[in-house]
Amino acid sequence: MNWKLPAAIVIIIALLGVGTYLVMRPSPPFVPGWTGPIPEERVKIGVFGPMEFSQGAHMWHGAVMAAEHINSAGGVRIGDRRVPIELVKVDTNEILSASDAKSAVERAITVDKVDFCIGGFRTESVWGMLETAMDHRKIWLICGSATDELCTQTVPVNYDRYKYLFRVTPIKSTYLFYVSTKLLRTVVEEIRENLGIAEPKVAVLAEKLAWADRIADLATKPYQGFAGTPYENKSLLEASLGVKVVGAWRPSHVATDLTSELTAIKNTGAHIIFTVFSGPVGVTFGRQWGELQVPAAAVGINVEAQKKSYWEETKGYCEYELLMTTYVPGVAIVENLTVPWVEEYMNRYNDYPTYEAGTYDAVFLLAEAITRVGGKENVDAIVAELERTGTRPDLMQTYRNFPDGVGTAGRLLFDNNHDVRWGPGLVTGLGAQWRNGGLVGVHPYEDTAGPLTGLPAFGTYPGTVPYRLPPRVVSYYAR
Amino acid sequence: MIPELIVNGAATGGVFALLAVGFSLIFGVARIINLSHTAFGMLAAYLLYALVTSYGLNFYLSVLLSILLTVLIGTLLYRLCLHPVREHELTVLVISVALGVLIQQVMVQLFGGTFRSLPSFAAGYLEVFGVRVLKGHLLVLGIALLSLLALWLLLTRTKLGIAIRATAQDREMANLVGINVGWICTLTMALALALAALSGTLIGPLITLSPWTWLQLLVVVLAVVVLGGLGSLKGSLIAAFLLGYTETAVVFFVPMGSFLRGVASLTVMLIVLVLRPEGLFGISFEEERL
Repeated sequence: MNWKLPAAIVIIIALLGVGTYLVMRPSPPFVPGWTGPIPEERVKIGVFGPMEFSQGAHMWHGAVMAAEHINSAGGVRIGDRRVPIELVKVDTNEILSASDAKSAVERAITVDKVDFCIGGFRTESVWGMLETAMDHRKIWLICGSATDELCTQTVPVNYDRYKYLFRVTPIKSTYLFYVSTKLLRTVVEEIRENLGIAEPKVAVLAEKLAWADRIADLATKPYQGFAGTPYENKSLLEASLGVKVVGAWRPSHVATDLTSELTAIKNTGAHIIFTVFSGPVGVTFGRQWGELQVPAAAVGINVEAQKKSYWEETKGYCEYELLMTTYVPGVAIVENLTVPWVEEYMNRYNDYPTYEAGTYDAVFLLAEAITRVGGKENVDAIVAELERTGTRPDLMQTYRNFPDGVGTAGRLLFDNNHDVRWGPGLVTGLGAQWRNGGLVGVHPYEDTAGPLTGLPAFGTYPGTVPYRLPPRVVSYYAR
Repeated sequence: MIPELIVNGAATGGVFALLAVGFSLIFGVARIINLSHTAFGMLAAYLLYALVTSYGLNFYLSVLLSILLTVLIGTLLYRLCLHPVREHELTVLVISVALGVLIQQVMVQLFGGTFRSLPSFAAGYLEVFGVRVLKGHLLVLGIALLSLLALWLLLTRTKLGIAIRATAQDREMANLVGINVGWICTLTMALALALAALSGTLIGPLITLSPWTWLQLLVVVLAVVVLGGLGSLKGSLIAAFLLGYTETAVVFFVPMGSFLRGVASLTVMLIVLVLRPEGLFGISFEEERL
């Protein structure tokens, strides 16, 4: 008797049954910090991110800390009631699959019945995720994706449909470019001062993703505003910093080998490599840049480099890499708030909070808006309340002892596109350098206005120190 | 720029060759389309990572253990899942993809999606014709060439090799002349797994490891093996370097399009296949194998 086929069918059915049970079994609500019986009425917040990746993990960590802090203090005040925050972890798998991401949002809204959405990392996937959320009129606070157009091509274009969309973290790509020019200026000045090179050469190494396109364009392409001026044919970066851009390399965000790119860059004689990375290519860069001892200072955006584990992942070859980040241990953006929070985060998760952990502030924003409106059902009123965030400095927050809108990364203030503003006293963006196995804050440090016209001065933040050029760059050009 | 192109192209080609050699063996010689080949390479790399970082074992001992464990696990899975259906090539193909996904998901559960870096066999760089090359790349290049040579000698100069080739050409006839076909297939799979594990432990330290790494590597391997011609180790070697140089040239000549390096490789493969469907050194008749 051929028993193999029936046996295989039984095994498959059994496995499917177990799998279905494990996936679909009801789990108790996740209400961190809440003591006592869990009431029926809860503020249900979906945290949407690539949970198998560090980006999603940081989103989740930030949200959990916020929910725990609010719940342990009694929960969200709605009139005279106290309601806990429930978090729903939604793995969007958005780095690998945009369709998975859209389905995950649909499921979270229709099956899990989340009231609010926060997260969204990979722009290419976030577009579809947002459309689903907007179809259901759900408030979505972006905590991850930087592309300008996510706000500029939605809220002002069709306000009635997209008014539920806000970006909390990070600052948009254009602002990321502004901060990057400030970091670049720091390096350029060091090179001029220490190496006597008047016009340093800059190579742009930017992953090929939507959010990086604008930054790469501003760095490399002739700036239209310069037409008819002596700077015609120069990029914004070249004109503002007095540097020469020697080329741009656009590898895949998942590239596992950059030795050819780095060899080509070294061949150009570049003194600086301007990095624009959000994906795993950032780890590849950090390791190979150091292992090949490329005689060029690395500066720019590298999301993977914001993590504590980056040092180990690059085997320490990332030393002296300068990167833009949101949180650095010991650097006080908001006194008595940022530093203790970063310390708490590090103690809990043994990692530096990356910008995605700004979900912490997003949860506080939602709780605050719900309390002020007096309920979670009137979504339009909550939107109106969110729009006023940070505009009333005399008004103190309900859940933390800071003025309206003040969060761990600065004061949150939204523009007409519902995008978080950048500037002194607002959300800033920091510069940090890898030294001796840890991140050291180096920006803002004696920051002056510029280098682009109209960029404000940020001065010095408590906890920042001067930047240092990689010794190999100094010795290479000193020869 | 020419020395940089030559040296970097060779380094990239070496990586491709090492990845493709085991796949070429099992795909071309034993006619088993094992799409989980690179997943086993990745498994070996993760084992190495775990043994070194979690258990603190000696690096070289860990390499050896990783290869042995991968061969053991892989052979067991082969006997359980592939061997019973080995006559049905399409079924083997589908099951091998399933095995790759299974390994991927196990890695996700055990290690998460965090990117990992393995310790290097040889850290730092050497200058070759004034061009900086990672020592790891040079090591891979050497091992790839040695592996191919050893494999060629095994298949052409030993009784075992002759038995493998005979089994590949005509299983029934091989059976009739006393060759244990099932055992030969298992042994060939174990050999291919050992090569996959070797490539994983050698290339692992040169790349950023994630549970999805195998898919990226699989595309490269398929391109190399198909371009070189099914069943031809020589073809795989030449195709590996052809594609290595193609990808390097894209980076050097079209820097803004360096993300297209993989696409450029596949385009070269397509062009060659349109002109010569059997690949560069493909075989038209079974007798031409190797």
